[in-house]
Amino acid sequence: MALWNNYGMNRRHFMQHMATAAATIPAMNFLSHVQANADVLKSSQKSCILMWMGGGPPTIDIWDLKPESKNGGEFKPIDTAAPGVQISEHMPETAKVFGDLSLVRSMSTREADHGRGRYYMQTSYVPNPTVVHPTFGSVVSYEIGRNRKALEIPAFVSVDGGAGQAGFLGMTHAPFVVDNTGRIRNEPSEEGKQRLGARLTMLEEIESGFMNSRRGELPKAHKDVYRNAVNLMTSNQMAAFDVAKADPTLGLEAESDAVRDAYGRNGFGQGLLMARRLVQVGVPFVEVNMGGWDLHAGVFDTLKNQRLPQLDKGIAAITADLKQRGMLDNTVLVWMGEFGRTPRINQDVGRDHWAASWSVMLGGGGLKNGQAVGATDKDGLQIADGSKAYLPGDIWATVAHAMGIPVNTVHTSKRGRPMKLANGGTPIQELIG
Amino acid sequence: MTLKCAGGRWSICFKTTVSWRLRILVKQAGASVMGFGARILRWSVAVFTVAAVTGAMLQVLASARLVADEPVAAEQAADSGVSLAEFIDQQIRQGWTDNEIEASPQAADEEWVRRVYLDLVGRIPTLAETKAFLEDKNPRKRSLLVDTLLENEDYVRHFTTIWTNNSIGRATPQRVSRSGMEKFYREAFAKNRPWDEIVVDIVTASGHFEENGAVNYILAQMQMPDEGVQLTAMTTRLFLGLQVQCTQCHNHPFNKWQQDQFWEFNSFFRQVRKEEHRKLDPQSGRMVDDYSEVVWQEFTGPVYFEKRSGMMQVAFPKFQGHEVDPGPGVDRRVELAKLITEPAENEPPQIAQAMVNRMWSHFFGYGFTRPVDDMGPHNPPSHPELLARLSREFAAADYDIKQLIRWIVSSEAYQLTSQYGEKNKIDDPAAGEMPLFSHMYLKSMQAEQLYDSLIVASNAHQSGNGGWSAQEDQRRRWMQQFVVAFDNDENDESTTFNGTIPQALMMMNSELIEKACSVERGSFLFEEMSKPGADTQKITDLYLAALSRKPTKPEISKMQKALAKYGPAKLNGYQDMFWALLNSNEFVFIH
Repeated sequence: MALWNNYGMNRRHFMQHMATAAATIPAMNFLSHVQANADVLKSSQKSCILMWMGGGPPTIDIWDLKPESKNGGEFKPIDTAAPGVQISEHMPETAKVFGDLSLVRSMSTREADHGRGRYYMQTSYVPNPTVVHPTFGSVVSYEIGRNRKALEIPAFVSVDGGAGQAGFLGMTHAPFVVDNTGRIRNEPSEEGKQRLGARLTMLEEIESGFMNSRRGELPKAHKDVYRNAVNLMTSNQMAAFDVAKADPTLGLEAESDAVRDAYGRNGFGQGLLMARRLVQVGVPFVEVNMGGWDLHAGVFDTLKNQRLPQLDKGIAAITADLKQRGMLDNTVLVWMGEFGRTPRINQDVGRDHWAASWSVMLGGGGLKNGQAVGATDKDGLQIADGSKAYLPGDIWATVAHAMGIPVNTVHTSKRGRPMKLANGGTPIQELIG
Repeated sequence: MTLKCAGGRWSICFKTTVSWRLRILVKQAGASVMGFGARILRWSVAVFTVAAVTGAMLQVLASARLVADEPVAAEQAADSGVSLAEFIDQQIRQGWTDNEIEASPQAADEEWVRRVYLDLVGRIPTLAETKAFLEDKNPRKRSLLVDTLLENEDYVRHFTTIWTNNSIGRATPQRVSRSGMEKFYREAFAKNRPWDEIVVDIVTASGHFEENGAVNYILAQMQMPDEGVQLTAMTTRLFLGLQVQCTQCHNHPFNKWQQDQFWEFNSFFRQVRKEEHRKLDPQSGRMVDDYSEVVWQEFTGPVYFEKRSGMMQVAFPKFQGHEVDPGPGVDRRVELAKLITEPAENEPPQIAQAMVNRMWSHFFGYGFTRPVDDMGPHNPPSHPELLARLSREFAAADYDIKQLIRWIVSSEAYQLTSQYGEKNKIDDPAAGEMPLFSHMYLKSMQAEQLYDSLIVASNAHQSGNGGWSAQEDQRRRWMQQFVVAFDNDENDESTTFNGTIPQALMMMNSELIEKACSVERGSFLFEEMSKPGADTQKITDLYLAALSRKPTKPEISKMQKALAKYGPAKLNGYQDMFWALLNSNEFVFIH
């Protein structure tokens, strides 16, 4: 029981969480009996789950509807659990948990090209030819992951992703990319495991010469990555990747069909479920990718029939599940893509790239949720008068604040240039309270 | 009135296209109506000027000047006094002097031979090839080896891989024929076709995706109904070395290209249409995918685009100030192909500069600009005179790719070791510094290079794996585990290969590495172990096979000690040694 106090949480507190959760979400109970009685050892560790909407989601049809405008499109807004906050009618499950989520409706970013937009949103910096900035997942790996000595698997996991780069923080903080089945390719055979020790000794002998041969940092980085790979392939924490695996020492159960169904039997849903397991074993940053948002044509049909049902289920499930486990206050949820989409509907009933006025969703993390910060004008074309415009750095500074990373942290690029965390962004006051 | 270029001679044509030349500034209004016709109706004409007519006349004057300047530029190149080879070395040395650094010494033959094989033929040398080169006493052996490698079929294979990846990506997009694209490049590199012809073939390609493989570039860039936006952005980036994708939506503060130029360039591609054919599968009785093709479609007049202010504007086909008749009966891509091989103002043709920059970066890891495909006044090159002269001479040499490679690979800089010293440790582009090429920079092997190198190291290339296409298939299947496609209109992707954990896991545990370290009949280790010879000899051969160099004396004794621990299971010791050599940093980097 001593541990409980160390982690600042007790059983009664935990059960109260359970009770509230049960009251608001009658539909699904994510906790089995065993889990409900298990220790929540790691629940005070901070984590972030980034839901990355590759292609640029039309936030005007999801989070910031304009039913009165010619740009409004086909969807109607509905009320949510958060008073005064309306979202798309095709997000009904998410609407129910919106007390734990928030919107920033006044994002105004400057990059409307996929590559540049992705870079900007994930690093807070615009691309620059002389320096590669780390994506925020790498920053978290560097700031938090390094200090989680018990963590044997990478501190930055990307499900179905792969664009992120660690930049000047070094290859060891690059995302570990897995697909949504959680299958890790090229795991060692039994024989391989047995011979590993001898082989690594030999490797050490062979590569030390090259490492000290004045050829820069790459040879050393190679060694560091190998160390991470060896840690990973010999760790029981690997069970977190496989939703069908249980490991009682880690508090992981094989996920039931009901739980898997609740998240949605699609890449995004199963990726989020994996993300929850990874957070349970202490991974501080997990990115889950959902693509297919580059809707230059047929935007409404695609949203209504494909994208939004999956999105809705996934967000609702992860929010409720984390809450029931008492993990939501320590886990920040971030939902964003590289940009929004044009308010104007094009001749193919699509929306094109648009960075001037769009929305990002945040949640959990102990933030003051259940609100929409900022607003766009009546046609969604620009940030409304009197509303503050936000940059990606402000979002990441908010996340940093929620995760306990000092917002005034400064990193140093390889060239010795100081690089402010989140490009010097400021936490969004309304959200941090 | 339009300006035309035919057979290198300029002429001015008057045509009745004046009505299109009126710049129409129209403001968007009305409800969200769909359809092209409706879209025009929604705009009300706001302003009308004859500025475009005046502009066209000014361009005629500018072009006349350009014609006059051309011979002067050519003379300057010829008269600069020094040979190109000397000029390259001079320019690079100047950078060392200016920055007060001293270059590293020449690379040993062992370091150099591995580098040149990987750079030119995309794989490490075989044990026999390494030994032959190291034993060769000919003082000209480096340039002789370059000539030999340029005739090697693996040269064709390597550059085909690179340009297929550049053109259609590693994750082949829907309804695109990778084998068609590969066939096109294979023929082009095998015949050493002039680069400008290759580019023209790609830009103007039409037809069936396997009969004319060049069309696959266009098919790959037309994955979304985006009015040729991606095709426009990719073509300028890949073949002209210009990044203009941002100017699609707005004028770029630092880029010479403006928004109207983006759409002027885009208007060259509006006569392109792709057709995806389906056929009946007699066995299942269902319709299945058949072939794709690029066909011509009628398109005249301007394209329309929206300014940030919401104003609509028009853009006519125009490149580097040369306008093309927007009327009927003109194949705009054919006209574009003529224009992109022309010099721009006083500079060598942009396609020459783009290729030179890319090729330099291929061999040194860094080009004259960073990134290589973002050239222009906003991003000045590290060695402007060198870039200009190499580009001019490349164009003058009829865009001879092998010649360009010879120039680069014969340079003093390419001979240097990758080890830096006290006097040039500041030459570190990985830290963001401008490259000075005072030592070779480490490059990470591309996935395909690593695959092919493992095959070579393990002798698998000699066990007759069934020809080009079977090998390509195997490599492609293997490659897919590292490719992540992003599913957007830029058709971009990334690989998880670049030095990350998945790559390490593959190197440590995959079937490929297991095979490489196997002692089955026919494998490298089997051959090596069946030969007579002392441990010293075998250790030396293992180092030569994997790292293309002999081990040092301390390394030999370390390895002997390590082997001794295996006792009677010495064979296992050799296997583990080879495993470790292939997993070493020295193996995975090109140095």
